[in-house]
Amino acid sequence: MIPVAHPASVPTRSAAVPAIEVRALCKSFGTNEVLKGIDFHVDHGEVVCVIGPSGSGKSTLLRCVNRLEEPTSGTVMVEGVDITDSETDLDGVRTRIGMVFQQFNLFPHLSVLKNLTLAQQRAKKRKKAEAVEVARRNLAKVGLAEKADAFPAQLSGGQQQRVAIARALSMDPDMMLFDEPTSALDPELVGDVLEVMKQLAREGMTMMVVTHEMGFAREVGDRVVFMDGGVVVEQGKPEDVLGNPQNERTKLFLSKVL
Amino acid sequence: MKRSTRRRLTQGVLYAVFAAAVAFVLLSADWATIRAYFFNLDVAVGVFPEIVTIAAKNTVIYTAIAFVGGLLLGLLLALMKLSPVLPYRWFATAWIELFRGLPALLVIFGFAYAIPIAFQWRAPGGNAGAGLIALIIVSSAYIAETIRAGIEAVPKGQVEAARSLGMNGPWTMVTVTLPQAFRIITPPLTNELVILIKDTSLLFIAGMAIGDRELTTFSRDALTSTANATPLVVAALLYLIITLPLTQLVAKLERHNKRGR
Ligand SMILES: Nc1ncnc2c1ncn2[C@@H]1O[C@H](COP(=O)(O)OP(=O)(O)O)[C@@H](O)[C@H]1O
Ligand SMILES: [Mg+2]
Repeated sequence: MIPVAHPASVPTRSAAVPAIEVRALCKSFGTNEVLKGIDFHVDHGEVVCVIGPSGSGKSTLLRCVNRLEEPTSGTVMVEGVDITDSETDLDGVRTRIGMVFQQFNLFPHLSVLKNLTLAQQRAKKRKKAEAVEVARRNLAKVGLAEKADAFPAQLSGGQQQRVAIARALSMDPDMMLFDEPTSALDPELVGDVLEVMKQLAREGMTMMVVTHEMGFAREVGDRVVFMDGGVVVEQGKPEDVLGNPQNERTKLFLSKVL
Repeated sequence: MKRSTRRRLTQGVLYAVFAAAVAFVLLSADWATIRAYFFNLDVAVGVFPEIVTIAAKNTVIYTAIAFVGGLLLGLLLALMKLSPVLPYRWFATAWIELFRGLPALLVIFGFAYAIPIAFQWRAPGGNAGAGLIALIIVSSAYIAETIRAGIEAVPKGQVEAARSLGMNGPWTMVTVTLPQAFRIITPPLTNELVILIKDTSLLFIAGMAIGDRELTTFSRDALTSTANATPLVVAALLYLIITLPLTQLVAKLERHNKRGR
């Protein structure tokens, strides 16, 4: 009998395994120990907001999830697949993890439409017509259908970030990572971006959101994780962590930002 | 004395010195000889049309070949220099340092004479071909450093965005990094091109067949056969006709880039 090869590199979507599961994750930059044994998970369909002071390692944790940073030790499982395993098809896994950066990182030399179709064609091997259709659908979703032919420099920060979200969505990801998506925006532009994210959450998207928007965390988050000094200090329902924090460091942090 | 008066006085003196120097040169020059040996119309007419149809044409062709060749080889070397594979980095570094450190004239001479003798090897295209290979190699060393700097000037977030979308390293390089890098380095690359136009004049050392001569070789031969310097002046004017638009372009691109930031 021919054994059926188990394609270890293809994540399986099942309720039994969390979308993201991080165990005993440590990360050092040189002698600077940034993550000191993080245990963390995000279930399918869950919206987890990560909060904490600047420099506490939130971005590093997020970037370890799709291995933009190489973990020093510990495991990172995405849909049951160990992404630190050298046998894993990292590019394949990454197409299932949408990522949105603080600085948008749109490709400035490409039109908005090309920004959205490039990776669909190169990484997902979609035909151009299909890629364009998917791109236009996602542009419409973030309210920027008429900007398809514009270049990033012609858009406001808020529009650029919504294009970046549409770009990530065009890969049909199973989950989305957000790293302070509104921190680089003028205050009056924050609302549009948060609205798009809220809509995603309502549709059941799995989301890990590093944010300083406590209103968003309270309203949209299923769980809030407070990090400080490279460890998870406290986590739970938003109303508990934000409304009735138990840890002194959480209290101190919230007293400064609320 | 008031400061403004003093400044005007200083400027007046500077102008006077300049005018005196110009007058001295104009008066002391032997205009008849200069006209006869540098601006001789009969000699000038005599070098046409070959100085354009052969010499200037060859200069442009050699420049194009050396630039395209140097660009391709330079791109390869830049990628090797940025490669995680250590021997590639060593090789690229050695190549770049070697050919930036040697006089181009010596390299051309080596390829035209030393290598054929040592290895019993003839370059395609004879001595002109050998000289061109040398020019490609020399320009690749400079262009490689320019391209490497351009690649490193592309913000890190660009590569991260592309990789996070699942694009592999080579596709990211081709579709995201290189297009932006080349936009950044267009002014210095155009500069390399202008330098290369002038460096084709060094090919004379290779000793070229009649039909292969470029502007400098051609006008040097004409200088000898006519015992008159006018061919050099014609060649100089033709060089300027080729290079001036390009140097203007560089200046324009640099202004444009500055405004873009
Ligand atoms: N690429 C890097 N190289 C060196 N140190 C880094 C790097 N990225 C982050 N750090 C350090 O890691 C610590 C945590 O950074 P980060 O994860 O960005 O925190 P946060 O997102 O919570 O503000 C900081 O002290 C920062 O200086
Ligand atoms: Mg951060």
